[in-house]
Amino acid sequence: MRRIALAALTMLVLTVLAVAAPAWAVTPDEQLTDPRLEARARAVSRELRCVVCQNQSIDDSNAPLAHDLRVILRERIAAGDTDDQAKAYLVARYGDFVLLRPPFQPDTWALWLGPAAVLLIGGVGAVLYIRSRARGTEAPLSPDEEAQAATLLATQEKLP
Amino acid sequence: MRRLLFLLPIGVFVAVLVGFMAGLRHDPSILPSMLIGKPLPTFALAPLRPGEQGFTSVQLQGEPVMVNVFASWCTVCKEEHQTLMALHEQGVKIVGLDWKEDADAGARWLTANGDPYSLTGNDASGRVGIDMGVSGAPETFVVDRKGRVRYRQVGAITPEVWNQTLAPLMEKLRAES
Repeated sequence: MRRIALAALTMLVLTVLAVAAPAWAVTPDEQLTDPRLEARARAVSRELRCVVCQNQSIDDSNAPLAHDLRVILRERIAAGDTDDQAKAYLVARYGDFVLLRPPFQPDTWALWLGPAAVLLIGGVGAVLYIRSRARGTEAPLSPDEEAQAATLLATQEKLP
Repeated sequence: MRRLLFLLPIGVFVAVLVGFMAGLRHDPSILPSMLIGKPLPTFALAPLRPGEQGFTSVQLQGEPVMVNVFASWCTVCKEEHQTLMALHEQGVKIVGLDWKEDADAGARWLTANGDPYSLTGNDASGRVGIDMGVSGAPETFVVDRKGRVRYRQVGAITPEVWNQTLAPLMEKLRAES
């Protein structure tokens, strides 16, 4: 009985925790009345970096400038901008830096492809190394060594 | 040749180390400006005191000028203000953009600390600053005769910044026709 009560209590606590809304920086007065537009604005604002705190999105940040940028973003979306156009509006002012996901373009090729390139180079190197070892690089014995080995083997056979 | 191959990892390590050291010297709060080489966005700013004049982006053409973004809530601006007052006395043309506060607050600040600006405008909503890519105060944009932004100073103008960077630049811009 107590077990069931405990299990029920645990479930209740977990449910409450799951349902409870996390604390967002977005205040009610910023939100758009159309839930679909608001959902789009939320999604876009999570991809945009706050230029004051730099490691938070404007959706997370409490900085006054992040508030302003959220409002501007919602204005653009309410005015009919696509998500990309709304992002481009802020990129035109603050640069690619505001995009938390850097775009794939010539100056970010090293960033996107670098890890794969390093893995590839390392992998090829490892394969070549392992192959060269497997092929057996030990040189054949010289006549001197052959004689020495024969003597040793012969000695061993003589042992009781 | 193959025998020297063992030096390769050490070489790579040193290269990475130099890269990281360079990274440590880089101030991450200074972001590249999108406006360099481009004209200022078009704007018309309200005055700080009723009955006075604000200024427009068009008024900034003709001679090199520094557009200083300031606010009374900005503590670093107080420090910068002394340098700006000294530059103003030397005849350097600086215009003030009072960012993200009521015009009243900006006006009181200038009354209390002195006014180094030849033109002053209030941007209460912060929209003009945002159009310029301002991320905080103080920030200063150096604008040439044609109204194009040539340099962006993030953070206070100290005597060092003026002597080493801004003074030579202003001199160069004055020499341009």
